[in-house]
Amino acid sequence: MYKLAKYLKPYTGLILIAIVFLFGQAMADLSLPDYMSKIVNTGIQQGGIENAVPEAIRASRFEKLPMFMSEDDRAEVSGSYELIDKASADYDTYVKKYPALANEPVYVLKEIDDSQIDKLNPILGKAFIAISQMEKMQEEAKALQAEKAMTDVDLSKAGGVHPAEESANQLKEMNEKFAAMDDKMIVQAAASSVRAEYEALGMDVDGLRINYIIRIGIMMLLLSLLSAACVIVVGFISSRTGAGLASNLRRDVFTKVSSFSNEELDKFSTSSLITRTTNDINHVQMLVMMMIRMVFYALIMAVGGVIKAIGKSQSMTWIIAVAVLAILGLILCVFAIALPKFKLIQKLVDRLNLVTRENLSGMMVIRAFNTQKFEEERFDNANQELTSINLFVNRVMVVMFPTMTLVMNIITLLIIWVGANQVSTSSMQVGDMMAFMQYAMQIMFAFLMMSFMFIMIPRASVAAQRIAEVLETDPTIKDPEKPKSFSTNEKGVVEFRNVSFMYHGAEENMLKNISFKALPGQTTAFIGSTGSGKTTLVNLIPRFYDVTEGQVLVDGIDVREVSQHDLREKIGYVPQKSSLFSGTIESNMKYANEGASENDVNKALEIAQAIDFVNEKPEGTKSAISQGGSNVSGGQKQRLSIARALMKKPEIYVFDDSFSALDFKTDSTLRKALKDNIKSSTLLIVAQRISTIMNAEQIIVLDEGRIVGKGTHKELMENCTAYQEIALSQLSKEELA
Amino acid sequence: MSEKHNKHEDIKKPQRRGGMGHGPGAMMPGEKAKNFKGTMKKLIGHLSVYKIAIIISLVFAIGSAAFSIVGPKIMGKATTKLFEGVIAKFSGTGSIDMNYIGWILILLVGLYLLSAIFGYVQGWLMSSVSMKVSYKFRKDISEKINRMPLKYFDGTNHGEVLSRVTNDVDTLSQTLNQSIGQIITSVTTVIGVLIMMFTISWQMALVAIGVIPLSLVLVMIIVKQSQKYFKQQQEYLGNLNGHIEEMYGGHIVVKAFNGEKNSIEKFDISNRKLYGSAWKSQFLTSIMMPLMGFVGNLGYVAISILGGYYAIKNVIEVGDIQAFIQYVRQFTQPISQLANISNILQQTAASAERVFEFLDEEEEIPETPKPVKLNRVDGVVEFRNVNFGYKEDTTIINNFSAIVKPGQKVAIVGPTGAGKTTMVKLLMRFYDINQGSILIDGQDIRDFTREDLRSMFGMVLQDTWLYNGTIMDNIRYGRLDATDSEVIAAAKAAHVDSFVHTLPNGYNMELNEEASNVSQGQKQLITIARAILSDPRILILDEATSSVDTRTEVQIQKAMLNLMKDRTSFVIAHRLSTIRDADLILVMDHGDIVEQGNHTELLAKGGFYANLYYSQFEVSKVS
Repeated sequence: MYKLAKYLKPYTGLILIAIVFLFGQAMADLSLPDYMSKIVNTGIQQGGIENAVPEAIRASRFEKLPMFMSEDDRAEVSGSYELIDKASADYDTYVKKYPALANEPVYVLKEIDDSQIDKLNPILGKAFIAISQMEKMQEEAKALQAEKAMTDVDLSKAGGVHPAEESANQLKEMNEKFAAMDDKMIVQAAASSVRAEYEALGMDVDGLRINYIIRIGIMMLLLSLLSAACVIVVGFISSRTGAGLASNLRRDVFTKVSSFSNEELDKFSTSSLITRTTNDINHVQMLVMMMIRMVFYALIMAVGGVIKAIGKSQSMTWIIAVAVLAILGLILCVFAIALPKFKLIQKLVDRLNLVTRENLSGMMVIRAFNTQKFEEERFDNANQELTSINLFVNRVMVVMFPTMTLVMNIITLLIIWVGANQVSTSSMQVGDMMAFMQYAMQIMFAFLMMSFMFIMIPRASVAAQRIAEVLETDPTIKDPEKPKSFSTNEKGVVEFRNVSFMYHGAEENMLKNISFKALPGQTTAFIGSTGSGKTTLVNLIPRFYDVTEGQVLVDGIDVREVSQHDLREKIGYVPQKSSLFSGTIESNMKYANEGASENDVNKALEIAQAIDFVNEKPEGTKSAISQGGSNVSGGQKQRLSIARALMKKPEIYVFDDSFSALDFKTDSTLRKALKDNIKSSTLLIVAQRISTIMNAEQIIVLDEGRIVGKGTHKELMENCTAYQEIALSQLSKEELA
Repeated sequence: MSEKHNKHEDIKKPQRRGGMGHGPGAMMPGEKAKNFKGTMKKLIGHLSVYKIAIIISLVFAIGSAAFSIVGPKIMGKATTKLFEGVIAKFSGTGSIDMNYIGWILILLVGLYLLSAIFGYVQGWLMSSVSMKVSYKFRKDISEKINRMPLKYFDGTNHGEVLSRVTNDVDTLSQTLNQSIGQIITSVTTVIGVLIMMFTISWQMALVAIGVIPLSLVLVMIIVKQSQKYFKQQQEYLGNLNGHIEEMYGGHIVVKAFNGEKNSIEKFDISNRKLYGSAWKSQFLTSIMMPLMGFVGNLGYVAISILGGYYAIKNVIEVGDIQAFIQYVRQFTQPISQLANISNILQQTAASAERVFEFLDEEEEIPETPKPVKLNRVDGVVEFRNVNFGYKEDTTIINNFSAIVKPGQKVAIVGPTGAGKTTMVKLLMRFYDINQGSILIDGQDIRDFTREDLRSMFGMVLQDTWLYNGTIMDNIRYGRLDATDSEVIAAAKAAHVDSFVHTLPNGYNMELNEEASNVSQGQKQLITIARAILSDPRILILDEATSSVDTRTEVQIQKAMLNLMKDRTSFVIAHRLSTIRDADLILVMDHGDIVEQGNHTELLAKGGFYANLYYSQFEVSKVS
């Protein structure tokens, strides 16, 4: 796959930008749970009170606080607040904010930074908790006293002494308790006291809570907007990168294949090359897109999630490990069972298709032999096999989703259980536990995403490998560095000099020591049984293959010494399998000669005996031809293909078994018309039927790649047994005479 | 025969419509059924066989969804307890009731376990049902093929039929598997979640529902836009793939006419267009999720604010707000699933419709109620005023009459495309004639069962159909109950025996899928052996053996002569020797029988046949 890495190069910048935005997205996604927990934690539970440093404190209360502080702390606290009373300049604004100011002076928090607040948090928090505890106790004590006073008045004396002693004890106890609590917990515990203080100040406490939630909510929305924006940017980049890379790859593969000679085409096979240029590239495109979108994101999320989760609670990280292992284990299990079956399914689907295809193509035979039942059974076997394996795989896959949900739910429960225990020992906050839950889910999803990606990668890497194979193949036939040009004296002379040819990877020569000369104005015909090398031989003339030994000369120059373009300009070639291109009849004709006139087209169609059926069509030469020419019959296709070659008015014509689909009559009139119209050109004809070539000036009989006879029909009938054999199998003696 | 060849090529690549079908289903412009309601009714009718399994699976789906919905509510209880405990602890009035929380969690584990089991049972049942349904559909189609008149397949591409067996049935079973479970789960979840939401707080529930139209509108806008590009992408991809196929397929022509540059230029234009629509469609797909996520969060915040307000008012417990928020998260997924389901159902209906269409096609004319059975077939064939046309309104064979005596040889000749195989199709009743009658031993062929009629015939066509099995199997195809020695005797008569021993595994050699591991000529010989084994009274032969080497050609000729001995035979003749020896020559042109008689008679007549005959040797005469 790395072989295609250079195609990513133009996109490196974009991909880096994408990664930056993925970071942004991941950061936003990771902080979202933070804000969600803040809404529950601070907003709902603490009533919107974020810290234990109130923005204002009644003087009466403020003066009580130092009781529970050390000397340094006292200085710190008093330095952060300023006293506001009726004499203060801003009294009017403050009294609106803190109605209690009308009754007593108020200490207002100066503008201090966050670090200062963090420092004050535990100091004030502890003090507030202590005071509220004290007050509670005093109230309880008072209530107790009142009760006692009712029953036993004497005890009132003793009661007066007790509280002071008790409070000292309790302070000591409380300090012990504080030692086990972290700052956040102190804040949480102090929140209600701070709230009570605000209430005492006459502030709108409920408004505070709602405002807080709204503020955090807006932050949350902004974050999620940021995340969405990042996803959109990444989506933009990944789409453009994927599609762009695919487009470049496709172009290079196509250009490469266009430069291939027949040898490479044979090596890969046409259908495989088509798949490589289309489906395989699509796979790579999808993978690139997914990689950018998911893999990087999942990685960042997983790592970031783990970091955040550890930040929330170090002691619970083992749960995440368990969760990840459980998910990965599950996926691995399911795929270990299902993956090998997937391949089997494909095979069985192919089998079913095969039987159906055979049933369709052999319909007449099946009915003729009354074997319908037999065929139905054959189909049923394939069908049953496919159904049972499909069922198995489906059932395995069906396990996956409920189990995955189960794993996630159980992990959640585990976090709650372990978390609750920690909360009860005061080493964790409920909100943190909830955030931890979210992180755990995100991490699991990240791993889920990655594992699915890793299932995709092998498939795409096979595709990439197949594409790379094409791109790495160099065409065996190349133009010479300094191509010669054809001289003008000789026109259309084709000569083979001791030519031998072996297909790539074959063990034996396909052609052995072939020598002959084809002259302008004459017809040279090739005949022989299938596999005797006729087509191979004529394919050497337009240099579709290069000879293994010997030389092919056109107009006295070795075909390897001129450019392929110049060589093929001289040749009108009609292939064995006549392929037309989609368009119109006219566009197919002009494929050979763009500048041709309508007259030229008609003339060529006339010679090729195609003019009649073309004219019969309502749109004439403008009639549409579908892909591959599938909307005209085989015989018509051959005639159009011949006409196309005629359009070129070349010096050399090569007809590779191009009359086979024509009936005898058309065959003979066509040959006559050819003879009359192209007097000066060289004609090379490969044929199966003796009648097609009987009149050629030179007939070359091939057998197993060797020339076994050369001469006219008459000569060969006398001295060539191979020729006689062919002739006799086709015609009777009288007809041959 | 070349048309037929094309058909074969089409079959080999039945599914090239897909292309870049990797995007999410919701984005792809789905196919629509012509008659959605009717098709669905029919489909439900087909499914009613499995109604017990489906009902049980529905119950389990509801159960599974219900359990997973109650979950958050109960979990909320645990968190509430936790909060209460925390607050109690700090105010010194108590501690966290771990016992209570523990019990709730155990309850939840049980609940989730049950939900998973229910979900699994549902999936298990549904996949069984859908697999059975697709098995049945495939079986029905395969049996249907054998009951349909050949006429149907003249107008239908084989690839299309194949696509129904595989693609359509597959889509059907997959969507069935998915959609039924999903519809139920989604509907249950939506209803359940709604109920839970309303029990917690109807005001908050209303807010949560309020977000739905917003996201739906958003989805609709994006889907509409992206469908435009998806369509474009499919179109350009089709163009490009077409160009690639064409250029690779016609590589040699491109080279011969120096067309590479032109072809690359054309490719570039399509490629650029494809790039434009490809990235746009992918991009639009990718922004769907984040936008939905944002809308989801919008709902989340709105509910939090409302929740905070109610917490102040002490209307709801903190744990309930927590639960509610979880429900909000659960809410969006089934909603978008439900939006997608209509798409899936459309797809199901479109596939089902095509399958039903095929299954409802007209079948062959039923057999006669009182079939005739001949004890001994002599092989007299008579055509009596036969009129026939492939289409109702065009008659191609007009008032044809002829009598063929037992053991006689009939040659059918004519230019390519003259419809020579029509006679074969009529004789074996692949098609029914419009008027007149064809008689065998004096009995109208319509009075036999098709099986009895066809068992009188042996057939060797130019299109050598063999199947993916051993050579032995393929010869035995002529008579399935033949013994090995009978098969080998037939093989010997058809000159198969002489080459079979040179092949790996001999008679047990498995023919590959294209039967390309034996040569064309060898295939022809195997089909002759197959016909010999079936020992028919009347023979139908196609002589064309264009791509066979000379030696095999001679063998085929000998084998055919063996086969024709003492049998009435109809030969689609290409060899003049066969034609001249024939007792009767039927000359065909444009589907009709234009002349009949023997060689000398027809030559003397100086008509179409004489013209055809001489045209071939015109040039040789001149020389």
